Order: sequence, then C-alpha cells, then structure tokens
Amino acid sequence: MKTKLVRWNGVVLALAVGLLSATARGESDVETLKRQFEELKANFDRTVAEQRKIIETLQQRVDQLQAQTPPAVQTAAPAATPQPVSEAETTLQKPWSPSDPIRVGKGSAYMDIGVVATFVAGSSTADDIKSLELGGHDPNQRGFTVQGVELNLRGAVDPYFTANVNTLFQIDSDGETVTELEEAWVQTMSLPYNLTVRGGQFFTEFGRINTQHLHSWGFVDVPLVNGRFLGPDGLRNPGAQLSWLAPTPFYSEIFFSVQNSQGETAYSFRGDSHGHDDEEESGVPFTYRHADNDRGVSTLGDMLYTVHLATSFDLTDNQVLLLGASAAFGPNNNGESGDTCTQIYGVDMTWKWKSPNAHGGFPFVAWQTEAMLRRYDAGAFDWTEVADEGETPIVDENTGDPAVLSRETLTDYGFYTQLLWGFRKGWVAGMRLDYVTGKEGDYEKMNLSYDGSELGRDPARNERWRLSPNLTWYPSEFSKIRLQYNYDDRRDIGCDHSVWLQFEFLLGAHAAHKF
Amino acid sequence: METNMNVCAKLDAVNQGAGSSKFQSPTSREIPNLKPQWKCGAKGGVRRFMFGVSLVLGVWCLALSTAHAKINVVCTTPDIASIARVVGGDRMDLTTMARPTEDPHFVDAKPSFIVKLNRADALIHGGAELESGWLPKLVEQARNAQIISAAKGDVRCCEGVRMLEVPTNLDRSKGDIHSQGNPHFLVDPENAKVVAQHIADAFSKLDEKGAEYFQANANKFVAELNAKLAQWQQTLEPYRGAQIVAYHNSWPYFAQRFGLKIELFLEPKPGIPPSPAHLADVIAKMKQNGARVIIVDPYLNKKTAQTVARATGATVVDVTQFPGGVKGTEGGYIAMMDYLVNAIAKGLGDNK
Repeated sequence: MKTKLVRWNGVVLALAVGLLSATARGESDVETLKRQFEELKANFDRTVAEQRKIIETLQQRVDQLQAQTPPAVQTAAPAATPQPVSEAETTLQKPWSPSDPIRVGKGSAYMDIGVVATFVAGSSTADDIKSLELGGHDPNQRGFTVQGVELNLRGAVDPYFTANVNTLFQIDSDGETVTELEEAWVQTMSLPYNLTVRGGQFFTEFGRINTQHLHSWGFVDVPLVNGRFLGPDGLRNPGAQLSWLAPTPFYSEIFFSVQNSQGETAYSFRGDSHGHDDEEESGVPFTYRHADNDRGVSTLGDMLYTVHLATSFDLTDNQVLLLGASAAFGPNNNGESGDTCTQIYGVDMTWKWKSPNAHGGFPFVAWQTEAMLRRYDAGAFDWTEVADEGETPIVDENTGDPAVLSRETLTDYGFYTQLLWGFRKGWVAGMRLDYVTGKEGDYEKMNLSYDGSELGRDPARNERWRLSPNLTWYPSEFSKIRLQYNYDDRRDIGCDHSVWLQFEFLLGAHAAHKF
Repeated sequence: METNMNVCAKLDAVNQGAGSSKFQSPTSREIPNLKPQWKCGAKGGVRRFMFGVSLVLGVWCLALSTAHAKINVVCTTPDIASIARVVGGDRMDLTTMARPTEDPHFVDAKPSFIVKLNRADALIHGGAELESGWLPKLVEQARNAQIISAAKGDVRCCEGVRMLEVPTNLDRSKGDIHSQGNPHFLVDPENAKVVAQHIADAFSKLDEKGAEYFQANANKFVAELNAKLAQWQQTLEPYRGAQIVAYHNSWPYFAQRFGLKIELFLEPKPGIPPSPAHLADVIAKMKQNGARVIIVDPYLNKKTAQTVARATGATVVDVTQFPGGVKGTEGGYIAMMDYLVNAIAKGLGDNK
C-alpha cells in the first residue's frame, strides 16, 4: 500500500511541477513542455496500468477464493475489458464436506492418480489358451478375461525425487483375484553428469515392449518372443538402475541395471515359473528338468545384470528412428547343480512417421521390430532321484530307466515385427508377425517319454509363428476398443484361430507417454 | 522481422547454423575428408584417423566454449517461439518442438527433444496443460535441473494471464477439458504482451548482461502490438457481436478481445470428433443465429467444415494459432494476428 501511495504522490507532484514550469516559462519552450508532457503521460499511464494490474490481481484472488480453482496460474492480469463469465465460473462452489466424493485431478494434488482397466472377450480353436497365449495378462480362457485393472500413483516426492507406483489387479481363470506390484520406484530428478538413478521394483530396460504397460501395447497380447524369453509378466524385479544421457548430438542413452535374479518375474533366470502352466500343461517341465538349482545370493554373480543402449535420429521433420540394443546376464536355476547362466541379447527398432498436419496424433505409421537371442545353460539332472521320491519320472526309452540329462547350452531366438497405421483420427489398423524357435537340444534328441507318452521337441522351445491383424478404435484418448485375429501355427501341435475383442477405459490422471 | 519465410524452416536453419553447430557441423565437416584414408587401412591411415578424431574433438570443444555466450532456449509451440524470438534476438539459440501445422495437444515425444532439453537454459511452455500429454516425460528424461518445475529456466507463459473457462469441476464426460482453463490464450494480443514481458524477465535472469537488450526488445514488441491492436480492433469493430463457428473450442480469448461470438463448435465436446447428429444441430443453429463463417485450424478436418458450409452457405476460413500454420503467417506473431484479423474480417464482410 505504501509504495502505491508514494507512486501516486510522485505522479501528482510531477504533474504540478510540470504545470508550474509551463506557466513560468511561457510559450517559448513548447518542445520541452511537449516532451515533459509525454513523459508525464507515459508515467501516468504506466502507473494506472500497474494499479489496474494490482486491482485485477486482487479481484482475481477474490474470484479464486470464491471459485476455489487451482491457484497456480492466476497471479496478475493486464486484461482491460470485462471478462465474459463462463458456465463453469458461474457454478457456485460450496465448500467440500465429508459426504462429497473426493476429486483428485492432475496438478491439484500431491500425486496423480489414475486407473486403467483392460478386459478382453473372445474365443479360440485352441483348448490350451494358456499355452497359446504366453503373457500373464493375455486372454486366459474362452469368454471374458480381466487382463488387468491397474492403479497408478505418481508424483514428485520432494525436490530431489519422483516416484511411481503401479499395482495391478487381475482375475485368473479360476476366478481368483490376483494382485501384483508391477512397479514401485523412486528416481532422481537432476543428478550431475546427465545421470539418473532409479531404485525399487521396476520393469527392466530391455528392448521396447518390456518397459511398457499393458495399455500402451498395440496388440491384445504380448509378442511370443517377449513371453518366451522375458517371461509372462515381463522382466521386472527389485533392483537399481543407472542411466546416462550421452553428450552426443543425437539422442543416445545407456541404461545399466542390477536386479534380483530370482522369482517369477525373472523368468529365464532363477524364476520359478518353469513349472507353471505356460507352455507345458502336460506337466513336463521346461527343458525336461526341474529347477532345483537354487543357489541363493552369495556373490555378485548371483544378481541379474542388464544393459540397454538406445539411440534415436530424426530422419526428417516427420520421421523418427529409434534403435536399441540390450543384453541381460544372470544365473538360472535349471537342473540340480553347477553354475548355470542365461544370456539374452536383443535388438530393437522403431520407426514412426506422423503427418505434419496431425490431428490428435493422426494419421501416423509406426513400425516396430524386436529380435532376441537366448543362450540358456540347462543343468545336469538325474530323474532317478525324482523317481526315488515317488514322483513319475521322465524315462529314457533306450534304457527303460529314469532319464539322466547332462549339462548343455541351449540357443533360442525369435522376433516380432509390427506395423501400426493410424489412418484417421481415433482409428488404427495393425499387423504383427511373431516367430520364435530353438535349436534342438541334446535332450530333445534322446528317446524320452513321460507317463507313457513320447516326448519330442520341448514345447516351450519349439518353433512357432503367429500372424495378428487388428483394428483399434479410440473413442477418445481415455477409452479404446480393439478387435484382433490371431493365426497361430505351432510345430507338432498345429494351427489355431482366435478372435479377441479388447476394451479399455482410463480414469483419472494419465501420464504422458514416452516415444 | 523476417518475411516470406517459413518460421519453422528458419528456426531449423538457425539451429543448424548456430545452435547445434557445436555438435553437428564439425563432424559433418571432418568425416568426409577422413573416409577415404580410413578405407585404405594402412598404419598412416589409422594415424590420420586419430588425428582427425582429435581435430573433431578439438573443434567440438572450441565450438562448445564459443557457443556458450548465447542462451539456449526451447519453446514448446511456435506462437511462444515467435515471441521468444523477438525478445531474445541474437542473444539466444531457439528450438521449437511442435510444428505450426500440427495439433499441439499431441506432439510426439521424440527422443531428439530430450537432447535439446538436456542442453537448454530455458524451457518456455504454455504451462496450462496444453502440452501435458507429451512434455512432462521429456522433461523428466532430460535431467536438467535448470528447467525442471519451478527452476530458473522453467518459464510458464500462463503466469500472469487471466485464464478463461477454468472448470470448477473436472469431469471428462464434458470432453477433454483442462483443469487450469482454456490453454489457447496467446491469440489475445494483450496476453502476448504479458508473455513477452515474462520472457524478457526470464531471459534477463539467465543473461544479466542482456537484460537491457531483452527489455528493449520486449518494449518494442509491446509498442508495436499496441499500435496494431488498435488497428485490429478497428478492422473488426463493424462485426462486433458477429457469430463465428469454430471446429475446436480454442478461440475464447480471441472472441473476447475482438467482441466476436465464437460459441458454436463442430466438435460436440472438446477433443470429441463431430457426429452427424451434432453437425445437423450445428447447421440448424447456424441458420438460426446467422453465423456465416467457419474457422478451421490446419490440423483439423476441413472437409467436415466444408460440408457444414455448403449446407448453410457459410464460408470456411483457414486460421491458425501458430505463425507458419497458414500461408501468410510465417512472419511471426504480429504477421499471424494480422492475417487472422484480416481473414476473419474478410470472411464476415463477404457474407454480410
């Protein structure tokens, strides 16, 4: 208030002095007077504008308090004409009472809360849908499947960290509700030297799809190569990650992570999911061996290490290319003893074209491909011990005795390539080709049988491919409906046809997407 | 002020010429000379290659140190960029993320932006959720303490702007509304003045020696705008109260400033595509209220607007909120506003 008064006094004084000097000097100094008058006028105008600003600010504060709108934006306003009052502004806001619903929106709370719910309905000619579809959130039965209801909480912890928590609810084919802690991590905001550290439970930075949540996928189900090598739930575990943005003229970033190598979500490592119903409903375990080689954690070598390199170029104003290479190393628990390890290598490529006149992000064409190679040490395993415990063993038909499998390294590889074409606003047509196979291992060449039936190629390593055309409609950014057809061809099993209709809705805040 | 030149293209030229020269041009200049020697594979070739590498590194470091004087600015949209350009002049390097012709709500979070943001001294953005679908993740990945929320280089243009249509109740059944109000505030020249001053203040903090220069530029811009604003208001004065139909609700600030009524939209709700039933309703209402002009941004479906125009005898006018979005607006903010006012006045005049 004081400064305002001083300013007004100044104006009045200046005005008075100006007038006095004008009368004293007469008409001789017209130019000077003119200049002085201009100055005064400018001064006066400025003061008036400042006063107006202050008045408007105060007015706005009053408005704000009345309307209880988010306070961040409106600090000062120079607008001179009266504002038309919008419908929203006229709605009288009564104070919140405990019986009112709690509304949490982006920017007005300490964290953003969002829910994404994804369901799928459909059918398949295959009876073993759980073996046909490799993902933990893929359709798991004829009829309806709750793929996932994901609760996402995120925000800044303090000026140093941001955090993100994703909890996922799912209903399995037995009707049981399953809860998963998908991700829960904290990450530094601005370490020096372009470094970022992340700690907690997180999706391992490997390739493209592994770090993406269910709702960002272009297809109903997980690619075969991801399901087979990185596991039904993707490769994720508690750990720490260091990433570095390299000082190159183009984007290049290196991610290095250390995570636990045990548990269901470290599938090709010391995951215990090899005995699950993924690809071997017959009861025959992966690699025809039990995973009994659990060494615990005694050295650094018992952890899972992953390195990922990503680099990107803008080919033109409308085209972006993103290339990546990944490798994951860690122990596995296959067989009964020994240092059995797994190495997974991957390369990925994403190319996207977007129209210079894009509306809502459409039209666009996006081509994404990932290829992976897995080297998996299968440990030695003697079925005699299993037989001694009374369990049905795998039998070597040549000798008639329980099989004795020796140690070997198995090589598997595969890829998927997908093309998405957003041909008009809200509409995307997609096509994906999947292929996975494994080089025949020594154990597959043996003449083995289980429970009277002959065993040939390991179904979890055998060749298979899939073609999936689909069509997605996004009524808005917050909902989608997707129809997908899968043509599956599994060697030694045959062809299958599946049709899935996926629907999804999104409530609350929705995080910005990475490229 | 640049004329007859696409702003976007020019900005790119600036970036390549000055801003990114520290990274790009040395390599592109040196490597072609080295290639043949590298191929011959002899020991001398290797030595020469090593020499070349150190040369490239040397030039790079040199470029880094000389380029340091200018402030490195990243703007999200071309309208903000055009004002930043006027204020920052030759004391800054500028990168614009969104293209003038594309929908600013949905810009791809290209990884190359991460690099630009990582090296930025300032990030100038609307701050009113227009960019919320793509910017936050980029800022997070950029690891730049200078531009993270509330840092010195985090310039939110909406600060000081009186926002319109601030919802009291966030409900997505009303379409894609923004919690901080309608974010398309820069088509009101009064707001452009606020933003220019805001940018001058921010630049002055980043480059104290340039403070006077920035303030002078901002003052010049504001003075020019003041003169123009009177002229624009005069041009549109005969049409005070005229009804205009827009595709998307991005014109309340313009309508308010120039006394126009832009209350009827081809989209039934913000971000929701027009349905035939809604269009029929719009046509009926247009016949009732006598709206004779439909304005369409370059990224919106002009065909829909033309269909409605045919049914009502109205004219479709190409408009843009971004310099370079429509032909004739490449010169910058004032050129764009000139175009907007004249094109709309012409549309209204022709259909009187």
